[in-house]
Amino acid sequence: MSTAAIRWISGPVLRATVHGSFFLRECVRVGPRALLGEVVRIDGDEITVQVYEDTTGLRPGTLIEGERQPLAVRVGPALLGNIFDGLLRPLTGVDAQMKAGSRPAPPARLAFRPACAAGEAVKGGQILGVLTPAAGRALSFLVPPDLEGELVSIVAEGEYDDVSPLARVRTADGREAGVAMSHLWPVRVPRPVARRLPTKEPLVTGQRILDALFPVALGGKAAIPGGFGTGKTVLLEALAKGCAADVIVYLGCGERGNEMAGVLEELPQLVDPRTNRKLMERTVIIANTSNMPVAAREASIYSAITVAEYFRDQGLHVALMADSTSRWAEALREVSGRFGELPGEGGYPAYLSSRLAEFYERAALVETLAGTRGSVTVMGAISPPSGDFSEPVTSHTKRYVRAFWALDVKRAQARFYPAVHPLQSYSEDAAEFAPWWNENGNTQWLELRRRFLTLLDEQSRLERMAKIIGKDALPARQQLTLACADLVNEAFLRQSAFAPKDRVAGPAKQAAMMRLVGRFIELATQAVAAGVAPDRLSRLACLRPLARMGEEIGDGEPEKFEAVAAALETEFHDLIPAPENRDEAPAAG
Amino acid sequence: MKPRLLAEGCATRLAGPLLFLKRTVDVGLNEAVEVKGGDGRTRLGRVAAADLETLTIEVLESTSGLALDEVVVRFVGEPLNFALGPGILGRVFDGVGRVIDGGPPIPARETYPIEGLPWNPVARGVPRDFIETGVTSIDLMNSLVRGQKLPIFSGGGLPHDRMAADIATNARLPRGAKGDFAIVFAGMGLPHDSAEFFRRRLEQGGALERTALFLNLAADSSTQRLLTPRYALTAAEYLAFVEGKHVLAILTDMTNYCEALREVSSSKGEIPSRKGFPGYLYSDLATLYERAGCVHGARGTLTQLSILTMPSDDITHPIPDLTGYITEGQIVLSRDLDRRGINPPVNVLPSLSRLMKDGTGEKYTHRDHPALASQLYSAYARAVQTRVLAAVVGEDGLSEADRRYLAFGEGFERNLVHQAGARTFPESMEAGWQLLRGLPHAELTRLSDEQIARYLAKGRD
Repeated sequence: MSTAAIRWISGPVLRATVHGSFFLRECVRVGPRALLGEVVRIDGDEITVQVYEDTTGLRPGTLIEGERQPLAVRVGPALLGNIFDGLLRPLTGVDAQMKAGSRPAPPARLAFRPACAAGEAVKGGQILGVLTPAAGRALSFLVPPDLEGELVSIVAEGEYDDVSPLARVRTADGREAGVAMSHLWPVRVPRPVARRLPTKEPLVTGQRILDALFPVALGGKAAIPGGFGTGKTVLLEALAKGCAADVIVYLGCGERGNEMAGVLEELPQLVDPRTNRKLMERTVIIANTSNMPVAAREASIYSAITVAEYFRDQGLHVALMADSTSRWAEALREVSGRFGELPGEGGYPAYLSSRLAEFYERAALVETLAGTRGSVTVMGAISPPSGDFSEPVTSHTKRYVRAFWALDVKRAQARFYPAVHPLQSYSEDAAEFAPWWNENGNTQWLELRRRFLTLLDEQSRLERMAKIIGKDALPARQQLTLACADLVNEAFLRQSAFAPKDRVAGPAKQAAMMRLVGRFIELATQAVAAGVAPDRLSRLACLRPLARMGEEIGDGEPEKFEAVAAALETEFHDLIPAPENRDEAPAAG
Repeated sequence: MKPRLLAEGCATRLAGPLLFLKRTVDVGLNEAVEVKGGDGRTRLGRVAAADLETLTIEVLESTSGLALDEVVVRFVGEPLNFALGPGILGRVFDGVGRVIDGGPPIPARETYPIEGLPWNPVARGVPRDFIETGVTSIDLMNSLVRGQKLPIFSGGGLPHDRMAADIATNARLPRGAKGDFAIVFAGMGLPHDSAEFFRRRLEQGGALERTALFLNLAADSSTQRLLTPRYALTAAEYLAFVEGKHVLAILTDMTNYCEALREVSSSKGEIPSRKGFPGYLYSDLATLYERAGCVHGARGTLTQLSILTMPSDDITHPIPDLTGYITEGQIVLSRDLDRRGINPPVNVLPSLSRLMKDGTGEKYTHRDHPALASQLYSAYARAVQTRVLAAVVGEDGLSEADRRYLAFGEGFERNLVHQAGARTFPESMEAGWQLLRGLPHAELTRLSDEQIARYLAKGRD
């Protein structure tokens, strides 16, 4: 084993004189507490190491040992339902206050049933058996992606721990390798797939404003930029609870400890309505809070996506929520500064853009090595300084994502959540999803989506004009546009993350609500064309049930939506065919 | 006690706060040192970098008066510690935890590292219990919860000091027993008058004997200013998690702290980021703010109320910006409201309490509190929007509904935000319902029909 001795140290960066050879990005252990580090530069007999933990107490002369492998994390079935730090070390069962030093995960026990027999030829990603954890879904026991050969032996059905080998594979060069339920995988290397698939369906997030206006593809990439207080975290948490994925990887990267505590308390109590299982059973939480060592924050984003890829390889649809990529970029900047690298835009290193690309490119819908279909959808929050979207992290991210969910301070201040700005946000894939919605009960999806967006766009223009000439001076049709846009906002786009019935909206509920709002616009337009004053429309009794249907009508209550629809039709029916009612001076409201 | 090592006559260079020594002793990174100069004064420092020949010491107090040949460095052998024990309440300390009230030293029971250790998120409890501050714009609109960190974003000349002192005297736990409540006050770069003001107000309110004061005055060294909140928070953690008290830590003024950080960073020759502040300002602030919270199995809690003055009232300045990203909300004070005599001049629209949802509602405050707050927010936002409109087209150009919102906005500021004395929570709720009675019921979409019938039916129009 190669060793080295520290010759210079400051903060999380050290330089050491080597005895033996190290390779770039090799994982090392530093000092008596075996702190985890990574070789980031080699110069003659000197290596530069980035240490992922608090370096207090290290001194010149302290010994470093090379691990002969890149920084890797142990991925396996026992990850589900648990919480880890940025280097995928468990946070449960350790001290309340985090000390530096290694903490191996205690082995977990799972039931195993073989699906292969000795003597078969196996290749990377192939399913060798089925794993059943004590709680949660059954998973596949896979050959690690980089292994291929003949299956020499495999254990019988039974309960085993997740680190000891259950099968042995002899490779072409005659070496024998053990295969355990969990295996190490280098975090910076994307796990291989058979091929990437084009995506034609959305990942249903359960948030109306996203699914209806700015959908993200299954295996797609979305960015959520927003200044502080615009509800990034609440939205990400709502997505983690409500989106239609099989596995959620939730990364708290440089964020608040209390938020992680909140997620940890809430998830085990919530039930996934699609599977009737606890939400926690489908979730892996990776927490590197803002006061934990900065260098580990840089690594946490890779740990998270490696975990997501591991579950994707099982043929599952995985959603990765990263909160927040800005903190990751800042960690990159801080560490880069310590290396003495030349700063680029905003002080960030010049390779910020390529690192972001590397990360987002790992999101995909794929055919796995086992031949199944799996996906990783990435949703990354961005915390732009002063809420300015022209800063480097936001502008570079914009180049790699296909859905952009811009959060707006003004909406957030009016407590209009989710505060997604309808004009600054976009989704490049939206047109692709019309057939999917067609099959899922919303034949008018594309048309209504266009209609809502047009209304919201016109609203912003008309409001500017109304500021100059006054609302009442606008012609009736434009007053109607304003009223309809208001309704789209209040009745459809606003969604409470805390109201039990409104937290998650399934496709059926979304379709019903979209249709109702669309129908109101249609009828209102007819009414105004027939001479009804727009002011009269704002006093319709059906407006209130419309505005509150999100909170009061749950998924699976179609009859209540029908009742609202019937009331709507009746009221307009009474309104329009009575010509004597027209041009009546509006009564004081 | 660990052995202490001494280094004499090996200083080679002094640059700003950095002192370079020939490496004659084997010490580790971040270990504390005491630097003594020819003037006989002892300054705290720590090992910032080390290589085979040289040690770089970051002196945490003023280096003026040091001469290379006179410097004596004593190595403590462990990171900076604060020795704490019972009896720190009612005492006054300087910025680095030395008693300055003329009383006897603190009977130290144990020493605690001033940097603290990061809390494991798993060990944290979710902050839940509502704290009644007596300020309606906080209690009703942006509720404070035990274990939360909620800063006040203020500006020069605004009454943030008075507000913080009021909260410190009035804060209570409406449902809980009168648990041990303690205040830790850290003044960083505080003008003498403000320090006196706090001391006097706490004394008058009878709160001084449950307060520990840490004072780094404006005239004190700015490097020492970086240590003041760390000593104060170490004491606060001790009170909360060892003695089991509910601690409210008031840190003022964070802007002075950040400026000291910038000063020290630039003298170390680090690459500056936004507005000259170091790139690690976020991480550094997080090491302070994240020291608030609740811990499973501990009786006490640590709530932080930090005050920062926004340079030229700019909320996008890096200090409030990064603070807002770490803290659980913010209370924003407005110069405009202050000029109009509204006291406390809380601008509720940009204010926010992220933990409000966890500490309000049926089990904590009142069943209808969340809906009421949400409706008030939405109506006030519309009122402010209408005000802009009215400024252009004149009030006559407004519709009847808009005029009602205009009146609502005025009433909201005069009768709800403004208050002569502390209000109890039910009084705050009633003030909210009273205002909503003036608005068309059909537009109150954040309230259920039942809530409208119950609270708004009487006295409409």
